[in-house]
Amino acid sequence: MDKKTLEGKQSDSEIIGRRSLDKATLDKAFDERFPAEIKKKLSKARVAIAGLGGLGSNMAMMLARSGVGHMLLIDFDVVDVTNLNRQAYLIPQVGVPKPEALKELLCQVNPYLEYETRCVKVTPENVAELLRGYPIVCEAFDAAEQKAMLVQEVLTQLKDAIIVSGNGMAGFGDSNTIKTRQMMKRLYVCGDENTDIGDGMGLMSPRVTICAAHQANKVIQLILES
Amino acid sequence: MVTVNGEQKDVAGRNLYDYLVEEGYELTRVVVELNLDIIPREELKTITIKDDDVIEVLRFVGGG
Repeated sequence: MDKKTLEGKQSDSEIIGRRSLDKATLDKAFDERFPAEIKKKLSKARVAIAGLGGLGSNMAMMLARSGVGHMLLIDFDVVDVTNLNRQAYLIPQVGVPKPEALKELLCQVNPYLEYETRCVKVTPENVAELLRGYPIVCEAFDAAEQKAMLVQEVLTQLKDAIIVSGNGMAGFGDSNTIKTRQMMKRLYVCGDENTDIGDGMGLMSPRVTICAAHQANKVIQLILES
Repeated sequence: MVTVNGEQKDVAGRNLYDYLVEEGYELTRVVVELNLDIIPREELKTITIKDDDVIEVLRFVGGG
């Protein structure tokens, strides 16, 4: 496939050209707060995020702020007005492909990390090609069937990958029902595992972001504890 | 006895697919692990549950 098409219209240099901070300044701010070993591990990490909605877009922002060195951002959709209630995007980005829109935002947080974008629907047929080389995969889809598909395919097709999945975060119920648990050797599940958008209650920013933060924190633990 | 999601169940000898359907799972929304192996959805019908099996069923809900 044509790389240029997949990665959207803006080149890295165009986006990074808008930076107002040089790398040394950003590095120094990080180094004052954490030991060198932590930064080294985070900057070497490779994390794939499948689905760039309420979970994926917020998770990517958190991981960029944390200095995760290489992220793969996957979504086939464009930013819609109905996304603004919970996803990281801004009004001027409505209509823009999500991977491209998210990369724009991430470059304004840290333009010195690597962001790879793929505007494609994930299927059992392309899971291995898309995600090979990423030891940590975040499942951040909206539909339950897509979530189940990705988890099954990652666990069966990619023999070493760990998957961190979001499951149950609709409505405005108690924040503390959202938890992280290790369900299988290579599977962590974050969420209340119960509230379903199909039950008539939609998603709201706080609980989706809480769940995204559970996933992002598990990713950071996996990176730093390995 | 068989362990299903941490609970003891007397289901040895049953077909795994039939058991899950009877329990109300929508099979397009679950991931099934049998004795630490993921069982692809299309293989569920071929499996008979045995004594001492450990089964984990993860049911997904929508939203993200």
